[in-house]
Amino acid sequence: MKQNITSLEISIKDLTKRYGKIYALDTVSLDIKAGEFLTLLGPSGSGKTTLLMAIAGFNRPDSGSIKFANQEMILTPPHKREVGMVFQNYALFPHMSVFENIGFPLKLRKAPNDQIKEKVHDALKTVQLSDYADRKIDQLSGGQRQRVALARAFVFGPRILLMDEPLSALDKKLREQMQIELKQLHRKLGVTTVYVTHDQREALTMSDRIAVINEGKIEQLGTPKEIYNSPNSSFVADFIGESSFLQLNRKGNDLYFSSEKIITNKKLNKNKEWAMVIRPERLSIVNKSYRKNSSNIHFSGEISELVFQGETALALVKLMEGNFLSVRLSTKSSDDFDNLKTGKKIQLCMNRKDVIIIPH
Amino acid sequence: MNEKLLKSAERKEQLLLTALTIPALISVTLIIVIPVGWLFSLSFLGKSGDFSLENYQKMIVYKSYFRVFKTTFNVSFLTTIFCILLGYPLAYFLSQVPKKLVGIFMITVLLPFWTSLLVRTYAWLVLLQKKGMINNFAIDMGIWETPIKLAHNLNGTLVGMIHIMLPFMVLPLYAAMQRIDRQTMQAASNLGATPIQAFWQIFVPLSLPGVAAGSLIVFILCLGFYVTPAVLGGGKVIMVSMQITAILEDQFNWGAASALGVVLLVTTFIFLLLASRFLKLDSIMFGKH
Repeated sequence: MKQNITSLEISIKDLTKRYGKIYALDTVSLDIKAGEFLTLLGPSGSGKTTLLMAIAGFNRPDSGSIKFANQEMILTPPHKREVGMVFQNYALFPHMSVFENIGFPLKLRKAPNDQIKEKVHDALKTVQLSDYADRKIDQLSGGQRQRVALARAFVFGPRILLMDEPLSALDKKLREQMQIELKQLHRKLGVTTVYVTHDQREALTMSDRIAVINEGKIEQLGTPKEIYNSPNSSFVADFIGESSFLQLNRKGNDLYFSSEKIITNKKLNKNKEWAMVIRPERLSIVNKSYRKNSSNIHFSGEISELVFQGETALALVKLMEGNFLSVRLSTKSSDDFDNLKTGKKIQLCMNRKDVIIIPH
Repeated sequence: MNEKLLKSAERKEQLLLTALTIPALISVTLIIVIPVGWLFSLSFLGKSGDFSLENYQKMIVYKSYFRVFKTTFNVSFLTTIFCILLGYPLAYFLSQVPKKLVGIFMITVLLPFWTSLLVRTYAWLVLLQKKGMINNFAIDMGIWETPIKLAHNLNGTLVGMIHIMLPFMVLPLYAAMQRIDRQTMQAASNLGATPIQAFWQIFVPLSLPGVAAGSLIVFILCLGFYVTPAVLGGGKVIMVSMQITAILEDQFNWGAASALGVVLLVTTFIFLLLASRFLKLDSIMFGKH
């Protein structure tokens, strides 16, 4: 059942919103493609919710422009924007049944009764709650309320769907299940979706593109792979995924860590210090038969902490130079792990291709 | 293991808890149960001092008693309605004002609430009487020419009672409105509701428990009102409590007065019972949804 919804592109330009002296949004520009699933990712207080509320029309920015498909919306009141929204605490109407909640937007649009019935039942089927139409809201579990809120947000065929941390109140298992379901729903409806979360794993799982927001600015915009594999700042590298940072020394256009040359002949901004970002899973422990080669970078040190986490294990390695690196270890075969213990001296290697350099 | 010991420990604990309620039980018995029981038994004593139903028979036979009850309910009902009409916008305003300012505006509600009932009633008499401030002002301004009778009638009584009862309406209303999640209003507007539609279809239904709680409190308090109708009614508005006093002063008939009291008490209970049946009283009083 592919619903025929024409999705819209959103074009945000130089959007600024101040609360007192604090910039919640600082000249934010962002183009969201039609039909795209875009996530606004950032810590609390970064401005991601302010941006979402501005798109929905619940706060009035100080300056800037928000366009839906080239139509300026900055002064349009929220009830005329035709945007579906899922709120953080669902914001369902407690005095109405599930059916009435979902039928509410249709009733406002003066749809005939039989059409309301049909659409609500379709929506309930989509969110797998067909038998719950007559339930009261307080008779539903958290996950079911979530689905009702979702159905209510898309039942009237909005061209844009906004979600404000919709899964944050659910437990981990249900949250992961809903992530998949939301993604499937997005594919089915094809509606432009803007999703707000502070959970980096959730963002990586669901998004076509991620906009990482910090202190009212977009730090980086890209696909999950781009954001993870080539973060452009220490904030992004630190916020998304686990990482260790190593300060690099500079000789001309080359960067060194200790005596190991990391980067050669790169055009470097003169005034900046540089650091290397190392993802724990990109490092591996070498065995005795291994020979050093130039396509890899090598470190040596000793294990200072060893944590078994089930599907993987994590080792904290103290390098000879005094820095610490996190290393993700496989537990595929129990031998790999059982040979290790704290205090053991080891050699680490990683592929030179996986080196990430950021200004520090 | 230890089953018997644990059981006896539990029994001891329950006994102790029961014992702790005894002081409260004694005071309730002394202050409420015994006087009401006495009142009840008095109402069945005739003029001769024997058991008789004559006090209740009188109430059915004489039309004047019926009129008094009718007035009482009429005044209470009208006061409640006007308190809703005046209190709802005020409570709505309080619920929308920024949190910092609520305290200041709340004082305007609470200040009269803390002032003595007698003082407020006489203050209204000063304002409303024939040569009072309102009449003088209106005549000086040329709004009307001859003094209008504002006090010593039903209107005066209502003005005084509404003023005194308003906080009892505003406070539960404000509490109910405070509990309404702001996001539900945002959700309504997001789904396409104009501000007016959102207000009537979402805000008002969600605030109804507050309206019910406030109305119940106001109505029941009104049923027993004495001072305000006595002073501002000018003898034209006779409520049950005034009739009771009159019977005692004129006829010194404790039996007839008690019977009136019993009927008032029973009707109040019936109202509470009906309300708890239809309004889910516990959810109103304790804020469960």
